[in-house]
Amino acid sequence: MIEWITSVLSFLPSELVTVITILIKIVVIVLPLMIAVAYLTYAERKIIGAMQVRIGPNRVGFFGFRMFGLGQPIADALKLMLKEIVIPNNASKFLFLLAPLLLIGPALAAWAVIPFDAQLVLADINAGLLYVLAVTSIGVYGVIIAGWSSNSKYALLGAMRSAAQIVSYEIAMGFALVGVLMAAGSLNFGEIVRGQEGYGFASWYMWPLLPLFVVYFISGVAETNRAPFDVAEGESEIVAGFHVEYSGMPFAVFFLAEYANMILISGLASVMFLGGWLSPIAGLAPDSVFEIPLLGLLLGNGIHWFFAKMAVFLFFFLWLRATFPRYRYDQIMRLGWKVFIPITIFWLLVLGIAILAGLPPWFAAT
Amino acid sequence: MKHFIQFIKSLFLLELIKGLSVTGRYFFKRKFTLHYPEEHTPLSPRFRGLHALRRYPNGEERCIACKLCEAVCPALAITIESAERDDGTRRTTRYDIDLTKCIFCGYCEESCPVDSIVETHIFEYHGEERGDLYMTKEKLLAVGDKYEAEIAQARAQDARYR
Repeated sequence: MIEWITSVLSFLPSELVTVITILIKIVVIVLPLMIAVAYLTYAERKIIGAMQVRIGPNRVGFFGFRMFGLGQPIADALKLMLKEIVIPNNASKFLFLLAPLLLIGPALAAWAVIPFDAQLVLADINAGLLYVLAVTSIGVYGVIIAGWSSNSKYALLGAMRSAAQIVSYEIAMGFALVGVLMAAGSLNFGEIVRGQEGYGFASWYMWPLLPLFVVYFISGVAETNRAPFDVAEGESEIVAGFHVEYSGMPFAVFFLAEYANMILISGLASVMFLGGWLSPIAGLAPDSVFEIPLLGLLLGNGIHWFFAKMAVFLFFFLWLRATFPRYRYDQIMRLGWKVFIPITIFWLLVLGIAILAGLPPWFAAT
Repeated sequence: MKHFIQFIKSLFLLELIKGLSVTGRYFFKRKFTLHYPEEHTPLSPRFRGLHALRRYPNGEERCIACKLCEAVCPALAITIESAERDDGTRRTTRYDIDLTKCIFCGYCEESCPVDSIVETHIFEYHGEERGDLYMTKEKLLAVGDKYEAEIAQARAQDARYR
């Protein structure tokens, strides 16, 4: 594909061709991501609706057909685009408009290093894990700047809560990632996934790293300010937290960022703990299974497993939201600092011993 | 020991899993949502919706301008003026119900000695201009004429209990 594009554009200077191919790659990743975000909002409304014994959106369709309300996210996006952008009096205008970009930028940039398939990765860099950790931490600036620049006490309160929460949970999350790093012995996501090859789902890191896996996912929920850790938004207490003053497209960007972050956390979790593109039965079932024409392709390793695992995590995000009431602020802090960090540190010790002992099948000496 | 059990419970997220299982079960439950414009809930014959003034089968309007409904109306939504007609009967010259004031309590209907003012089963009405929801005598009589069959049927169904 890339070769074909470069051959078509060969009349241009080679530097320009490089830029164009990079842009194409970015669009190929970001566009489906945006559509996924739009339909994640739809899935959220449907799934939470079902859990509350409702139906959820089922009216807006395409061309006069209802199609279970599949047109809803498109209609919502259009509505938000057409709305007026209200900038409050005395708001710092530049920062006010910069904040949503600061939030969504990292959520999209982090996808550069996520491997979709064995070969399918935009930038196969060695320090992928560090890159993700570094890039996603930038998001907190977006929250703080949004809260401060909108010149509103609710926004500022929400931003402070949110910033404190994100920073605290980043530590627990970082420790969970250290566990993955120890297990895989590499910071490269491709290597991390390959480290989970072997006995199908039994070789995935979620088993030896189970506490870290749980901590990582819960921290991920907290990082994205999702229920039950949504004190930053807290619509029943501080109206909407750091984005009270936002309307129209900037608000939509916050919304996109939140959902893009959810997808990112799910993607990372499936790469690091559930073996990314690996099939759960690869290495367990006899090879002949994978040679069945269509079914074998479906059961074998591939990008669809990555997406399926992500979908499971995303479902969990919504499930948690439908189930749990909001944590009190001090409970959030207690959970982050006094529960998760000790658990992760303890498990890192256990993990170190397990690796030293070469515990099969995950850490058997190669 | 109690503390220890509590510790184990919270460490292994037992209560949270219990909660998740509840919502998980409800996820597959049958949904009771009514698809409103296509489906309707059954309405009682006593349903209190849009008002109507009825006539006798011979075309004579029932209302005798006794003004009981005006007196009983807790929201003061009804305004009645009456005069003697050529044949010597007392009739209303004005019978207005302000639907924006009306609380649909049904007292007017209950107080009416001749079953003239009634509340119908119609609830899907709207006004597009100011004053559209101010029902005059003509409008109320028109509603009554249009839905007389349904109104009469609802009265007949409820007659045993009145």
